[in-house]
Amino acid sequence: MARIIVVTSGKGGVGKTTTAAAMAMGLALRGYRTSVVDFDVGLRNLDLIMGCERRVVYDFVNVINKEANLRQALIRDKRCDNLYILPASQTRDKEALSKEGVGEVLEELSQDFDYVICDSPAGIEKGAYLAMYYADDAVVVSNPEVSSVRDADRMIGILASKSRRSELNEEPIKEHLLLTRYSPKRVEKGEMLSVDDVLDILALPLLGVIPESQAVLTASNEGLPVVLDEKSDAGQAYRDAVSRYLGEELPHRFIYNEKKGLFGRLFGG
Amino acid sequence: MGLLDYFRTTRPKSAHVAKERLQILVAHERRMRGAPSYLAEMQRELLDVIRKYANVRDDAISIQMEQDEDREILEVNIVLPDEVTNKGYDETGGKIDTTRN
Repeated sequence: MARIIVVTSGKGGVGKTTTAAAMAMGLALRGYRTSVVDFDVGLRNLDLIMGCERRVVYDFVNVINKEANLRQALIRDKRCDNLYILPASQTRDKEALSKEGVGEVLEELSQDFDYVICDSPAGIEKGAYLAMYYADDAVVVSNPEVSSVRDADRMIGILASKSRRSELNEEPIKEHLLLTRYSPKRVEKGEMLSVDDVLDILALPLLGVIPESQAVLTASNEGLPVVLDEKSDAGQAYRDAVSRYLGEELPHRFIYNEKKGLFGRLFGG
Repeated sequence: MGLLDYFRTTRPKSAHVAKERLQILVAHERRMRGAPSYLAEMQRELLDVIRKYANVRDDAISIQMEQDEDREILEVNIVLPDEVTNKGYDETGGKIDTTRN
């Protein structure tokens, strides 16, 4: 049985799809059979970030409606054999995803994979609700910015009260915080919430801090999950996050301004 | 932590302001999470009633809901302006207990 991981945030544009793509590729590179599912019906974008947009034939909604089977719809990643993508539909029908349909597809994926990553749409509407409903783990993505942190807190409340696990009184979804677009320089100047500030407010275990990085835009330009860019800070930060997800204890990097290397070491960064 | 604190105290305003605003807002929203959905409408209606007697601002009312083991406490705080036209009150706050079984 697979672990089902939802990548969610509430707010849009904070890096959910980048994170879902990076986590999926990261887990697959570590040897786990991984699939990543785009729940953003009508605004499909995971395919673009994964670089498989021209290979989409069938989608998630086709599978739910039994117009195609899962094998036909899953796209195998060209760079990593362990990784498969299930693209979202571009239909404008908001009711295209049903709770039962999503449950059946995730169940079937669970038979074949070690990890199923659900890339949630922004907001708290049906797509976001269904993306988190069946999850075992959640990666809550937030920027160090007020509206993003507020929405993340809202989403944490929803994860705790509206999921299948909460309805069945099972062990709650295991939540992790991923802080993205972090700029140590601006934090030092007092212009940006620090990691500690955000942790004080959200009180979740920290999966990782992804620095603001040009590599993220370059990666999405090229349809290359940023973890594949091993030299980039963001790529390394995502690799660390994947390792932490798998239970390894790693010090957090990219939290302190580079020039303060000595302080960074003093803080046990 | 000592060194970290040093950075905290010396850093300028905006991040600090952001944190304070968030802490207040998030604490409030968490308290209201389990609250019944009619509270917002009730707040608007109460505001309308109060406005028959006093000219108050939109944020003059705050409603909090707290839960004990066997009862819920609905706390309604109304801040009246300094110069109240009809009545002589300066400020008032009240607590209404709603006990549910």
